[in-house]
Amino acid sequence: MTLFEAYPLLLVALVKTGILLFLALTAVAYLSWFERKVVGHIQSRLGPYRVGPHGLLQPLADGLKFLFKEGVEPQGADRLVYYLAPFLALSLALSGLAVIPFGPAEIEIFGVRTTLAVAEVELGLLFLFAITALGVYGVALAGWASNSKYALMGGLRSSAQMISYEISLTLSVIGVVLLAGSFNLREIVAAQQGYWFGAVPRWFLLPQLVGFLCYFTSAIAETNRAPFDLPEAETELVAGFHTEYSSFQFAMFFMAEYTAMVIASCLATLLFLGGWESPLPTTGAFAWTVYLPTVVLGGGGALLLVDALRHHRGFARGVLALLGALLGGAAWAVAQPMILPLVQGPFWFLTKVFLLLFVYVWVRGTLPRFRYDKLMAFGWKVLLPVATLNALVTALVVLLRESGGLAGVLR
Amino acid sequence: MVSPSYYLTLSAILFGLGVIGFLFKRNIITLFMSIELMLNAVNLAFVTFSRQWGELSGQVYVFFVIIVAAAEAAVGLAIILLLARNRQTLNVERINLLKL
Amino acid sequence: MVEQFTFYFFAALAVISAVLVVTVRNAVYSAVFLITTLLATAGIFLQLRAEFLFVVQIILYVGGIMVLFVFVVMLVDLDVALRQVQFNRQKWVALLVVLAVAGQLVFALALGSEALGLPAAAPESLEPNTESVGLRLFESYMLPFEIASILLLVAMIGAVLLGKRQKPPRSEA
Repeated sequence: MTLFEAYPLLLVALVKTGILLFLALTAVAYLSWFERKVVGHIQSRLGPYRVGPHGLLQPLADGLKFLFKEGVEPQGADRLVYYLAPFLALSLALSGLAVIPFGPAEIEIFGVRTTLAVAEVELGLLFLFAITALGVYGVALAGWASNSKYALMGGLRSSAQMISYEISLTLSVIGVVLLAGSFNLREIVAAQQGYWFGAVPRWFLLPQLVGFLCYFTSAIAETNRAPFDLPEAETELVAGFHTEYSSFQFAMFFMAEYTAMVIASCLATLLFLGGWESPLPTTGAFAWTVYLPTVVLGGGGALLLVDALRHHRGFARGVLALLGALLGGAAWAVAQPMILPLVQGPFWFLTKVFLLLFVYVWVRGTLPRFRYDKLMAFGWKVLLPVATLNALVTALVVLLRESGGLAGVLR
Repeated sequence: MVSPSYYLTLSAILFGLGVIGFLFKRNIITLFMSIELMLNAVNLAFVTFSRQWGELSGQVYVFFVIIVAAAEAAVGLAIILLLARNRQTLNVERINLLKL
Repeated sequence: MVEQFTFYFFAALAVISAVLVVTVRNAVYSAVFLITTLLATAGIFLQLRAEFLFVVQIILYVGGIMVLFVFVVMLVDLDVALRQVQFNRQKWVALLVVLAVAGQLVFALALGSEALGLPAAAPESLEPNTESVGLRLFESYMLPFEIASILLLVAMIGAVLLGKRQKPPRSEA
């Protein structure tokens, strides 16, 4: 223990990383369940329904299946790169989560006060973009190493798509950086505090609406999701860059894609939706909003308990009742005056992230796939000029405001 | 505190490796990569000096070097693509005519 | 202690992968090892308190320029012969030049860092520097910055023109 006694921050960082990894991987697994459920209902189907009540144990079954399947290695594949690529994709995606702050509160681990983020990085936003920039390699190398035409074409397509949309992704947040005057994610959120007219939150969503739309569109393309999922267009390319991957290597690509989705939503929340700031004022007539987490969790628990009564199989009843009781317990715990201020930030943050993830799935269930040349044309000829224009106009407005009108600029 | 001469030595070694790669290899893409290696070594030296003098101009130069590297890579790789398309080779020793 | 350890780690990583860039026969492997070298150098930038350059190195160099390299290597996967014979015919001349460069480097190293007239201790006032680098870039280096952006634009247009597939004259009908 001498190492940890010498560097207590090391232990804290390890603990936080462990917790975050556990939460992130569980969330990613259940995101796949959520997506299948929502897309199912959009298409008038039920989605997964067999494994557990409402298919709730489906991610577990999928995980076991991925683990126990035989990993097939294509003939003539470049072994080193073939096995390195999925690892690269997943580890890069997960390391992006490390710099995302989940709330303003500070917690205490082993007597060390620490924030709700694995790492506090001064250039957090740029760091995230650096991680995103590296994400191309997982895809490109996977396509090359598979020694297959479809995989190579898919890899080339998706890396071209990713580097094209990365530019408009970066340009679309320049406006936010200009308004906040910082690359630090906490300071960007701090710049969005307060309310216009006492009720409308001062999020960057309103002044940067164009930026937000550009950001979200580019983010969908950057994470290779429908309607921009050309690299995986089944009808043309089998499955794109991961055609030749099976078993756990395939699962790693899958998890990397979902983690990238989560990161893109977290970043959109931090940059445009005020991060962990509540959309409602917390003082005066709105003081009751601090109990919203309790209401939501308790309501969810009650719904699950009622649903448990409707099921006939004992197993399904047990699982639902257990989940309901857990949510109820969480609701009770959250209402305690000691924990109450701690959960406010994460509650609003996660709610907004969840809403954005729903939009992701919604878009996938609704829009048809683009044609590849139209996709590239859209990125370069529409999104990029609009994002650039947005950055220029924002810069002009910030300049005029800071120097007090046109006369100040000319002086 | 690591002495600046360590960083400069590292920079020199990387630069030397770049020179070796540039002079000995025959694949034109590898030649380009050796140039990048040399530019990177120069950048390292710039940053070391910048740190030692407490003067940011060195870092600004690194920025410009990276821009030049980007321009060079864009044009150079386009030329390589053309060569590969027209001559079916990447061997610098076989690219020895002034016209097609 | 920690600082020395990180320096040796990144330095070893950079040198080993730089050696591999030069010696490996497969161009894709060369590119991958060059990326490793660049990332290790980025780590050393961070140690030298140049955090903005650390990010620029990763976003621009690794995420932009090297992607182009990997792309081109994958697109033009020919010349099997190149993988078999990797060194070119001018190797004796090259050896001479390399020895000359090495001699120069050894001479410079033998002189030591005192010959450079560097200040003995680095000032501690160089952080955090993103804002000051930006100010420097847009105040003292305004003209070079504009020229650099024009250079990039010209290079981009040139690359597009070169990369455009010329239509064969007959197929216009």
